[in-house]
Amino acid sequence: MIAKPTIPDLLDRPGSQIGKPVSRVDGRLKVTGGARYAAEFNTPGLAHGYIVSSAIARGRILAIDTAKALALPGVLQIFTHDNRPSLPWFDRKWKDDDAPKGSPFRPLYDATIHHALQPIALVVAESFELARYAARLIHVTYEADEHRTDLRAAKADAFTPGKDKGGFQPPPKPRGDADTALAEAEVSVDLNFSQAVEHHNPMEMHASTVIYHNDGSLTVHDKTQGPINTQTYVCNVFNLSTDAVRVISPFVGGAFGSGLRPQHQLFMAVLAATTLKRSVRVELTRPQMFSFGHRPETLQRVALGARKDGTLTAVIHEAVQETSQNENYVEVVVNWSGQQYRCDNVRLDYKLARLDTHTPLDQRAPGAATGIPALEIAMDELAAKLGMDPLELRLKNYTDVDPNTGKPFSSKELRACFQQGAERFGWHKRSHAPRSMREGRQLVGWGMATGVWDAMQGQAVASARLGIDGTLTVGSATADIGPGTYTAMTQIAADILGLPIDKVSFQLGDTNLPMAPLQGGSWTVSSVGSAVKAVCDRLRDRLAGLAAGLNDGPLKGLKADELIFADGFLIARADPSWRLSITEVMRANDLLVLEDEARSIPYYKSQMQHALGTHSAIFAEVRVDEDLGTVQVTRVVSAVAAGRIINPKTARSQVLGAVVWGIGMALEEESMTDQRLGRFMNHDFGEYHIPVNADVHDIDVIFVEEHDDIVNPLGAKGVGEIGIVGVPAAIANAIYHATGKRLCDLPITLDKILGA
Amino acid sequence: MRAFSYGRPDSVDAALRGVAGQPGTTTEAAVKFVAGGTNLLDLMKADVMRPERLLDISRLGLDQIEEIENGGLRLGALARNADTAYDARVQARYPMLSKAILAGASAQLRNMATNGGNLLQRTRCYYFYDTGTPCNKREPGTGCGALTGVNRIHAILGASDRCIAVHPSDMCVALAALDAVVRVSGPKGERTIPFADFHRLPGDTPHIDSNLAADELITAIDLPAEGFADHSTYLKVRDRASYAFALVSVAAALKLDGQTIRSARLALGGVAHKPWRDPAAEAGLAGKPASLETFREAARVLLRDARVQSHNAFKIGLAERAIVRALAEAAGVEHS
Ligand SMILES: Cc1cc2nc3c(=O)[nH]c(=O)nc-3n(C[C@H](O)[C@H](O)[C@H](O)COP(=O)(O)OP(=O)(O)OC[C@H]3O[C@@H](n4cnc5c(N)ncnc54)[C@H](O)[C@@H]3O)c2cc1C
Ligand code: SF4
Repeated sequence: MIAKPTIPDLLDRPGSQIGKPVSRVDGRLKVTGGARYAAEFNTPGLAHGYIVSSAIARGRILAIDTAKALALPGVLQIFTHDNRPSLPWFDRKWKDDDAPKGSPFRPLYDATIHHALQPIALVVAESFELARYAARLIHVTYEADEHRTDLRAAKADAFTPGKDKGGFQPPPKPRGDADTALAEAEVSVDLNFSQAVEHHNPMEMHASTVIYHNDGSLTVHDKTQGPINTQTYVCNVFNLSTDAVRVISPFVGGAFGSGLRPQHQLFMAVLAATTLKRSVRVELTRPQMFSFGHRPETLQRVALGARKDGTLTAVIHEAVQETSQNENYVEVVVNWSGQQYRCDNVRLDYKLARLDTHTPLDQRAPGAATGIPALEIAMDELAAKLGMDPLELRLKNYTDVDPNTGKPFSSKELRACFQQGAERFGWHKRSHAPRSMREGRQLVGWGMATGVWDAMQGQAVASARLGIDGTLTVGSATADIGPGTYTAMTQIAADILGLPIDKVSFQLGDTNLPMAPLQGGSWTVSSVGSAVKAVCDRLRDRLAGLAAGLNDGPLKGLKADELIFADGFLIARADPSWRLSITEVMRANDLLVLEDEARSIPYYKSQMQHALGTHSAIFAEVRVDEDLGTVQVTRVVSAVAAGRIINPKTARSQVLGAVVWGIGMALEEESMTDQRLGRFMNHDFGEYHIPVNADVHDIDVIFVEEHDDIVNPLGAKGVGEIGIVGVPAAIANAIYHATGKRLCDLPITLDKILGA
Repeated sequence: MRAFSYGRPDSVDAALRGVAGQPGTTTEAAVKFVAGGTNLLDLMKADVMRPERLLDISRLGLDQIEEIENGGLRLGALARNADTAYDARVQARYPMLSKAILAGASAQLRNMATNGGNLLQRTRCYYFYDTGTPCNKREPGTGCGALTGVNRIHAILGASDRCIAVHPSDMCVALAALDAVVRVSGPKGERTIPFADFHRLPGDTPHIDSNLAADELITAIDLPAEGFADHSTYLKVRDRASYAFALVSVAAALKLDGQTIRSARLALGGVAHKPWRDPAAEAGLAGKPASLETFREAARVLLRDARVQSHNAFKIGLAERAIVRALAEAAGVEHS
């Protein structure tokens, strides 16, 4: 079932729910503690697991002495590679929907240590405290091998990956001759960049509570961005049928990508539950949140050539990124640089280098959040060299087609973002020269950058059940990691069937619901929202048919598009006094419920002919303390073009949160590696810095009008990632404007400002 | 966290009986007092500290802030950091102290944290917290992980090759500058420890933070009458605007005769195993005009023996700038 194209007046009519700033429908549950997260499901007799992490980065476990720990009364079992049950051998059994090419990490599989903090044992005990205590009594002896965790050293052995992960596109072939064009350019810049490792660090730690039922079946409460992904993994690894594993994850306390792959606490909890035939919970500690995927460290070079009038003549973007020894984690870092601006000579190069680390993992706007800042900082440098306004330089090289493919954008209102963002920010008042806007000891700087992200859609299925009382329940096995999925889906359903919000509920996070893809990549509104629209469209058509068939009814013979659905009524467009309530239609047809299911399938054909993307313009103001190098981001304006905004309130929150993270990327976030130990050292929230309230000042979000009938039937592109892309560049560029210092190593901590 | 026993003495005597006979210093003690618990409990959960017994002193009283004969104030050991910082007398007479306390931690933590606990909080060195790594402070003889590792936040003054950790407190930097006195009760009755002698440098015994004996209890911190209320400040430089430990902090206090410095106090945080004071730098300020040049010279003197590690070289320049800035602010000198 393909969702119908948007009927504009259906979605835009007055009283429509789509586009309203509806408060979160689950807000009350969240603030009263009624929302239950993976580690909050309880059951009598629940046992608790605690994970022991490796002290070395590479080598072998020679022995694990668990005797002291096992001797404690209340310790039920200690799982290690020595006593684990039989596990599958084939890699494909360990794959998940977000797995890149390679051999996924297998917890407790053998004595090999692949990376620091690798989980090497699970203590299961009657209480969490006891398990944690027992874990301290375990003595592990290792044989350490030399490890490599230094990307700069590994760079020499970098290789070019293939299409090694779903959604990944290797860079396009070079066009023109970028190196010659660069050499001959009237003006050129050539900069090297580094991006530090960042860990996702959602507020909620990764946790899994596995409820063991007498028949051997499991209910799994997992922190996940895809309940079905969790289910598939558990069934494959533990050889269980899908009937025997139900995943229920109604709430997720943030994930940002960390829940795209099943993490090892899930494996551990299921292992213990199935072996001990008991319900078990395993929750990671904050330091253990640094033991799995992360935004990879990246080294980049961007070189740009231009004519004196600002016309780009050469773009070179090279990136080397870390991956693990066992998998080829890839993300699109450099391709954007061939897409953002018109330029005839472009060479893009992307390589991986293997480190003894856990495989990196998609993190909010993976690739773009790393690559775009490099491009956009280089553009700023070019503007500075040209003596040109940075915004003007972008407009000079603006493109309405994707130069990588020659395809037009399905919609691209980036010009409107520039214009509205600049106006709101007051950009025209910027004095061009660096260090020209001082206030006492504070150097004020204004910078800007653009952001881009793909607008994607996947297949999804939604079910709907309409009761005779006019209550509608819609469901799909997606997740809500915080964007407001519950709310947006409720709005879409309510809108199409003309129901008040409080008559509609949306269910998610349950594998008994119809299939939905992973929640990631900003495609949930697009994919699941389209399925919700599709199933509600079906119900609407069926109701219309039922009403039309009522021979003595006022709507006799009318077609669906001759009706309006509003306030629980079917109303004739021709004469609003001709109307029937949903209840009347169903009663007259002897129906108590009306149920349906529908699958949304992207408009592959028209989508193939277009480039699909969200765009943004970010303007930032910083105050840099000239003596101390401290930076305050005093103002940010983010203007976003993301198609139709289903809910401006939750969408704005998405962008606000992303801008805050962008501040963190620019100035604070960094997992620091001790190269000798091969270990991340600042693995807690005291020393891994993310922005606090005092770091965050004015943030203004603008959504510009953008119509798009190609991205999906809703015309909505999703705003989960676009908000972060480009923010670090806008801030770095503002720091340049404030100080005259061009800083290309993120995060820009005060020592870098003082040292430059 | 390891199993431990718990007791809650209801008087200072009972508390002292609970620790009586323990040898050595308080850092190594098996029976430990717990006050706000904001540092000790964290360290126990991380398995860094493994006391066998905790004595909860939160009901001993000792939470008052009182006038004393010397014209100063007595800060109860169990008065909360927040209550101390917001005490009207502290704010009026020792603004530098109030500012220092409020520059530390978060509102929630300051509400729990006590003055005594603040003195004895332990370093935030990453290696100290991570039991999977070597650390002489946590496990003597295992080596100093930070020395060859990630040491951006580590010491530039007074460190040894056994340990380069810094003391993390803000409050203590101001207390050091004020010449506060730590009041202590022990088996032999009361004694006082000048602030400068309270904390130790790491030397060969980095596992010992302070000179407080294992059988002693801090009862109060006495502030002298002189609070430098007219010309003092606390400047903290950190990686984010709040809720981060100092990379460098400065407590600066001056007595001025017009534009001439009569006497000066200067203490640095974030640079050493204890709040760092330097008599030569302070003496050098006396009698000089309150000018940027004077302040720069003082900074140079104070930092003359600074030694850097692989990641913290920036701290010398930063400390220099922070000292000048703080002294200028204390003196009310235009900084341009
Ligand atoms: C995330 C975080 C950030 C922080 N940031 C900062 C910061 O920026 N600046 C800053 O200065 N501090 C900071 N702190 C530290 C905080 O100030 C200390 O944790 C607090 O002051 C300790 O006080 P407490 O009463 O909770 O001590 P406890 O944890 O109860 O005890 C600490 C130690 O003192 C001993 N002790 C306590 N009272 C006595 C007594 N009367 N006599 C003898 N021994 C005693 C205990 O035995 C224990 O060894 C931070 C803490 C956290 C957790
Ligand atoms: S600096 Fe001190 S606390 Fe840090 S690792 Fe070295 S010995 Fe341990």
